[in-house]
Amino acid sequence: MRLVQLLPFVAVTALSLSTSAQAATTITWWHAMEGALGEKVNAIADEFNASQDDYVVKPVYKGSYSDNLTATIAAFRAGQAPAITQVFEVGTATMMSAKGAIYPVYQLMQDTGTPFDPDAFLPAVKSYYTSSDGHMLSMPFNSSTPVLYYNQDAFAKAGIETPPRTWAELGRDAHKLVESGAAECGLTTAWPSWTQLENFSAINDLPFATQANGFNGSDARLVFDQQPATVAHIQDLAEWQKSHAFEYGGRADSGTKRFQSGRCAMLTTSSASRAGIQEAAKGKFGFAIAPLPYDAEAVSQPRNSIIGGASLWVMQGQSDTVYQGVAEFLNFLSSPAVQADWASFTGYVPITTAAYEQLKAEGFYTKTPGASVAIDQLTRGTPDDNGRGLRLGNMPQIRNIIAEQLEKAFNGSETATQALTTAAKRGNAELEQFERSVSN
Amino acid sequence: MPIKMTTFERHSVTPWLLLAPQLAVVAIFFFWPAAESLRQAFYVQDAFGLGERFVGLANFQHVLSSPGYWHAFGVTALFSLLVAAGAMGLALLLAVLADRVLHGARLYRVLLTWPYAVAPAVAGLLWLFMFDPVLGVLTHALAVFGVHWDAQLDPGQALALVVIASIWQQMSYNFVFFLAGLQMIPASLLEAAAIDGAGPFRCFFGITLPLLSPTAFFLLVMNSVYVLFETFATIDNTTLGGPGGATRTLVYKLYEDGFVGRDLGGSSAQSVLLMLLVGVLTFIQFRYLERRVAY
Repeated sequence: MRLVQLLPFVAVTALSLSTSAQAATTITWWHAMEGALGEKVNAIADEFNASQDDYVVKPVYKGSYSDNLTATIAAFRAGQAPAITQVFEVGTATMMSAKGAIYPVYQLMQDTGTPFDPDAFLPAVKSYYTSSDGHMLSMPFNSSTPVLYYNQDAFAKAGIETPPRTWAELGRDAHKLVESGAAECGLTTAWPSWTQLENFSAINDLPFATQANGFNGSDARLVFDQQPATVAHIQDLAEWQKSHAFEYGGRADSGTKRFQSGRCAMLTTSSASRAGIQEAAKGKFGFAIAPLPYDAEAVSQPRNSIIGGASLWVMQGQSDTVYQGVAEFLNFLSSPAVQADWASFTGYVPITTAAYEQLKAEGFYTKTPGASVAIDQLTRGTPDDNGRGLRLGNMPQIRNIIAEQLEKAFNGSETATQALTTAAKRGNAELEQFERSVSN
Repeated sequence: MPIKMTTFERHSVTPWLLLAPQLAVVAIFFFWPAAESLRQAFYVQDAFGLGERFVGLANFQHVLSSPGYWHAFGVTALFSLLVAAGAMGLALLLAVLADRVLHGARLYRVLLTWPYAVAPAVAGLLWLFMFDPVLGVLTHALAVFGVHWDAQLDPGQALALVVIASIWQQMSYNFVFFLAGLQMIPASLLEAAAIDGAGPFRCFFGITLPLLSPTAFFLLVMNSVYVLFETFATIDNTTLGGPGGATRTLVYKLYEDGFVGRDLGGSSAQSVLLMLLVGVLTFIQFRYLERRVAY
């Protein structure tokens, strides 16, 4: 009886739902932006939805980058992939090799007749997501690069006036900070592989892997262990670890709290951490941002650093109407106004030259000291084979292997040479496995 | 009894209907995935499932010849031994003590059972915070005794951290069973022994322990399964298998290879090997240990 009474209501509800769905096409966007960043993503989608009546973009938070990639792959295999998904930079090779699963952005823009100029993006950003035959396959969204954060109070206490420019200077400063009692620890780092190996290689013009770090072919192999400067750098950090001039702070961004708590006076991490560090340091200590140091013996002029962050990939299996909407939305996302707003709010770098110019004109960089460090460091010079980024399969797994081997170097159970040789060897096994799996 | 038998024979569909929900759950959540991973163990496949190639035993060969797998095997053996021994030993001690408590016995029992209600992921986080190298309460306490605690870098300390967290979790489960086992032991036996002049230790080792052997055997099997599979969340929330692979157990490696590395063939091969391992372990336990159990 009760069910029968309910039926008319069910029918009416179903009808009203279907009519509202017909009015606008829904575009699902899976992402990994949590907290304040996630709210900003929602705000951007709302702005787009309010600007027109044909499409509704629905952002869905799916957990970490890794969780989102796993969810996307599972959904694709089940025929339920979202229209747009956000994939971190080290997942790029995985996505690029999945030719039947992705709808390359350049092609989408061409097919839908949407204006799209790859040259509008910063070279370091554009090159990361461009295939070897010169096509941009995904839409850059949030890009950052590692920089050096330093505790100004501790520096003043130790009598150091300027931030270190080279690793040799940083070593001296770190020891001075600890010996003078200005800080318990000199330097710590987040994202150890990204900051201490991947970007160390790029800035000092050293190869991380063969085939232009994988950009020229999927048969690339890791060679960071064969660069004397890279090995010496890790050995230095391992030496410094003994006297607390350096303290390893764990994987991912867990090292950040050693800086935020005031224990370590320097930190290398993403430029996008600025807001979080500002929040934590408020009322405790003053901090400033400097470029990542370089190795003066390896290179006379430091080269550009490489990006981290994520880009948006369009998945196969949607209707033409959906793709029309996706193209319009991506176009909206990369507009200078949206990008400038996103970059100033988050600490990510503006990914287009126009957005950068707009921020400059608004006086953002003069008002926010340190905000320009990342973009300056990313755009100095033209990226060469060692500086376009990394395009290596199974890169998330390789990063874990590197972290694991760095831990062995830092706890003294292996020398830097041993640790890095094993890291490269095990990483290469991952690359071979990837090559096998995509050459079906 | 014969009457009941005929009843069921006449209604041959009814028992199946009653069993159906449970059978469906087992089929969908166990047999189907298990069959799928058995199949995938013989294939190499890209992450998106766009193409696959039959490779025979190559995945198994690859896994078994990798030093990383055998390292994880060693870690698992050490970890299992420490957790099973620690969780069962402590639980037995606490059960014996709680069994003797006269006042507020229920309160003690409830408190000792509580940790089991905490999800492994949450338990991992609790211990992670307490042992955080910078902010942890216990880190500061240890520093007073001159111990420099940094589980992010020290392999032994990292292993200790996951062992402690896992023991703390599993102890409650063991405690409940040991306590129930203790309460089943007839008081008359212990009284008779006491009258004959046996001390508490003689009573414990001569009467209590042998009579607890069925419980202990059951718990040994359950703890082995717990250590091999359910400690995943604890490890994932504390050490991530590090530092330097010091806490990477077989199940954690399987997760890393399958879900981070997206090597479906390789991780399927590992899960098949893990299933075999549990099967063999359980077989050994039943074949050799059960003989010593006095029911």
